[in-house]
Amino acid sequence: MRTIPADIAERFEVGPLVSKRADLSTLDVDSKDVPELLARLRDRHGYRHLSFATATDLFEEGVFVLTYMLHNHEERHSLGVKCRIGRENATMESCHLLWEQMWTYQREMKELFGIDFPGSPRVDESFVLEGWIDIPPMRREFDTREYSERTFPTRPGRYTKDPATHMKEKLYPEAL
Amino acid sequence: MSDMKFTRALADPDHALKPAGRPGPLGKPLVLANDGLPEEEKAWFCDAYPTASGPYKGILENFLNWARSKSLWILGFGTGCGAIELRPLMTSRFDMYRFGIQPRPTPRQSSVFVIGGYASVKTLKRIVRSYEQMMGPKFVVALGSCTINGGMYWDSYNTINAIEHYIPVDVYIAGCMPRPEALLAGFKELQRKIRRGECEGAVKYAENFEWYKANQKKVIHDWNMPDYNY
Repeated sequence: MRTIPADIAERFEVGPLVSKRADLSTLDVDSKDVPELLARLRDRHGYRHLSFATATDLFEEGVFVLTYMLHNHEERHSLGVKCRIGRENATMESCHLLWEQMWTYQREMKELFGIDFPGSPRVDESFVLEGWIDIPPMRREFDTREYSERTFPTRPGRYTKDPATHMKEKLYPEAL
Repeated sequence: MSDMKFTRALADPDHALKPAGRPGPLGKPLVLANDGLPEEEKAWFCDAYPTASGPYKGILENFLNWARSKSLWILGFGTGCGAIELRPLMTSRFDMYRFGIQPRPTPRQSSVFVIGGYASVKTLKRIVRSYEQMMGPKFVVALGSCTINGGMYWDSYNTINAIEHYIPVDVYIAGCMPRPEALLAGFKELQRKIRRGECEGAVKYAENFEWYKANQKKVIHDWNMPDYNY
């Protein structure tokens, strides 16, 4: 059973260590403590490998959850550091000085979620989308179907049947 | 060599690098604006409209069409997941070389463009550029449901739904994914259409150039290439 190391528990206000699997745990932390905590985990606790960094849009609660997934090769254990930031004008401190590859994830989050990372290299350049002019497409208020119907013309003369109604019409016409 | 061409074009913007364009209403050739290019690069690129050449008829053209149908050179540009189906075609099991089909590395040498499945907006930009750089007569084979009506990406924010709005298509091959046998059947159908003289995509593109260009510019928002990439 893993526990939070004492030096981390006394320095930061961290939530409980949630064990997802034998080799995977997550830890909730305040967003302002993230760079310092990541540096300490990397330098003193063996979590030297950054697997990925990503965001989750909790639209109902008005927050983004940022997850930094670290890996400890000696103990073969992954640790996800999670923090919450507000959805309006979402800004997070950049961690590209800890891991060089972090700027790629931050650039991706800037483009797909609209989370800004001031000072991160090339964060304002387009990543996978070129010339995107709408709101960032991974935000939950973005309606991808409506956007597709508005932007990309389709072939006329095609129609789709609702499978449930179609089978009812076919099998039990008297029930309708 | 290319540097020399550039310097000559820079020194004299009206240099004869540019082909004669389509005549406008007053007899003067229509000129493309090339608004997406920086001012200093405008002289490097073509600003003439494509001109329709053909369709031609007659015995000689029938012979040429027969020859074209026996020598289909594919542009080696895998635009989507469907490009994976082209690899087995090259191997001994399916062996597309027996039909005279082979891949080429550059659009200037190719006559067939295979749209391999879904086309995102970012890829569409490269598709348009490569298609326009190909020599006529040129043929387009669109494979997979995605090119026909969007397929499984029909509601995606970044994938176009019907490729024929952006470039003319000669043969569609349905399926997700179509098997290599289906591709071979599609290529045979393309050969039959070429021999019948029905594959005039380049002519169609030149005649409806404004319509295609408006459709392309409607989805490609950062247009930073020439309006016609010949």
